[in-house]
Amino acid sequence: MDEELVKVDQVIDQYQADQEALVEILREINAASGQYLTRAQLERVARRLRLPLSKVYSVASFYSLISLKPLGRHVIRFCEDAPCHVVGGKEVWDALERELGIPFGETTPDGQWSLLTTSCIGACAVGPVMMVDTDIYGNLTPEKVHDIIERYREADRAETAAASQGGEA
Amino acid sequence: MIRASVLVSGDPLSLSRGAEETKLAIEAELSFYGLEDEVQVGFTGRVNRTDVLPAVIVYPDEVVYGPVSPKDAALIVEEHLFKGRVVEHLRAPAEVLASAVETPGPEGTPLLGQKRIVLRRAGSIDPYSIEDYIAEDGYFALGKALTEMTPDEVLQAVKDSGLQGRGGAGFPTGLKWSFVAQQPDPTRYIVCNADESEPGTFKDRLIVEGDPHAVLEGMALAGYAVGAHEGWIYIRGEYAMARDILNHAIEQAEAMNLLGDSIMGTDFSFHVHVHAGAGAYVCGEETALLESLEGKRGVPRIRPPYPTVRGFRGKPTVVNNVETLANIAPIVLNGADWFRGIGTARCPGTKVYTMLGDVNVTGLVEAPMGTTLREIIDIYGGGMKDGKAFKAAQTGGSSGSIIPADFLDVPLDFASMRERGAGLGSGALLICAEGTDIVDLAYVLIRFFKAESCGKCTPCRVGNMQMLEALDRLRRGMARRADLERLEEIAGYVQKASFCGLGQAAPVPILTGLKYFREEFEARVRD
Repeated sequence: MDEELVKVDQVIDQYQADQEALVEILREINAASGQYLTRAQLERVARRLRLPLSKVYSVASFYSLISLKPLGRHVIRFCEDAPCHVVGGKEVWDALERELGIPFGETTPDGQWSLLTTSCIGACAVGPVMMVDTDIYGNLTPEKVHDIIERYREADRAETAAASQGGEA
Repeated sequence: MIRASVLVSGDPLSLSRGAEETKLAIEAELSFYGLEDEVQVGFTGRVNRTDVLPAVIVYPDEVVYGPVSPKDAALIVEEHLFKGRVVEHLRAPAEVLASAVETPGPEGTPLLGQKRIVLRRAGSIDPYSIEDYIAEDGYFALGKALTEMTPDEVLQAVKDSGLQGRGGAGFPTGLKWSFVAQQPDPTRYIVCNADESEPGTFKDRLIVEGDPHAVLEGMALAGYAVGAHEGWIYIRGEYAMARDILNHAIEQAEAMNLLGDSIMGTDFSFHVHVHAGAGAYVCGEETALLESLEGKRGVPRIRPPYPTVRGFRGKPTVVNNVETLANIAPIVLNGADWFRGIGTARCPGTKVYTMLGDVNVTGLVEAPMGTTLREIIDIYGGGMKDGKAFKAAQTGGSSGSIIPADFLDVPLDFASMRERGAGLGSGALLICAEGTDIVDLAYVLIRFFKAESCGKCTPCRVGNMQMLEALDRLRRGMARRADLERLEEIAGYVQKASFCGLGQAAPVPILTGLKYFREEFEARVRD
């Protein structure tokens, strides 16, 4: 069986295919199998929970932690709410777009980065705030944004280098 | 024998700054010096100043260090715990201590220190340890209720206390409970609303992360009072750590028979489940929350029937906020009169605020109801940042009022704010100094509602879009007089005609902004 469906089944089993747990099941599959849900995964959930696909789709498309379109290897979620905005959020917003060369809502052509906004993540005392994947960064400035993104780029380069060496050996 | 405790701040921010590594370094160093049986190490919530995170607090000396790297941690173990010398250069600034770890000031001068009911344990106990909670009177109220009080007496105590819902609306908690208790249907539920998503508000996360059992005990007491045997905590999907802490706490409480079947050998049973959301502000609205809890899209239901009559799974349901529930055990334990002695006559108790913006100290504050904004800024916030003048505050998150300096000396409580056409809301206090652009602020606030409107009803779905467009033209200096008039008109429609609280509250920042700062909007009009 397809590996991505094995994960789907594991999550569904964990919740005993309970219809009431649909939101949690979708969120966990989304988190476990990368950044978004495929049509095959949605169909699997619908069949196992005995729900119409339309209902599963309607729930999946409602919540912001569940994505139905492919995202980059890393996803930045920048808080665009007032408490972050009044402490320099606008400058950081501009810096992020400049650094990645894409506007908010898009993914870089190389598939490395998606730049999204998010509503408040409850870390307002250290605004402006963003999440990179699951890590939270606060007290952001345009300079810090560059450093943080550079750190991920370096880690990715190291990983790629290690993988290609491993492949040769 | 344990002679000292070391607590490491373990909130997400501290963790992102390496708190886990700091804790590991402390443990490794302790075992190097053979101190592992004498010194207890645990995680706690965070202190209320973020520049010192990750922080390390050493008890019983009550010394706060921060920020602490793994290398610093090793030094603290060697110097402080092994040799008994405080490492002065790693200590957090002295003023952090007073507001962060210390509890109430002397009687009669309550404003010198925070009056803590809800947060009295947060930061001083390990949230992963039920023993820590029990050692500070934890589950005593539940024991007292189950063995000495009837459900009616518990309900009456909460009614008499005058406690009002801390989620923002301020509805009398005891009254809400009595509606459920009166229902003929024997199946009832307690739901804890931990879907805290109001921008600027993170009090519930810190209550759960710092003192999870206080919420669980409050839920069990609510269940006993209204005859419910099952409780659900709906926590927002973004709060992964709080969710883990809750699940862990439930396991511990069940293992000690403080939750589960036949609690403490009585015939009262109460089970608690945690359900995490998946990102939707509207789910904080109680009927949308119930829909989401049932595995559906989080769109609000029509009221009436209210959840107290037909709530979760169509059964009578109490929906209470985290902070409300954390007040229950102290009320049952100490009595309604004690609670009424704190705060104001119309709004007893304390309120937990999250203070943000142009103040010197941002973070969590618990103060008696009736404390003024000026006192909160000066005493807890350390005054305005850079000595700037106060211009406006936004109370209660995005849906809150924008209030001017005239409000600085108004006692903050639900009733006093309501009388002045403003709201206390969830407790977010966004402080804005002179120079803040009110039109831009309103634009950002409405952008939030445009994104978070669930789309069910037209006034909210379309109205927020139109208000945002008008505000965008205003802030760019492109608006005509008609745009401003239209903005005000639509704001009125959205407030009156929206289906649920989200839409009804969305125009509040515009309407209050226009009421108190109209000249700034006028100045942006082109003709």
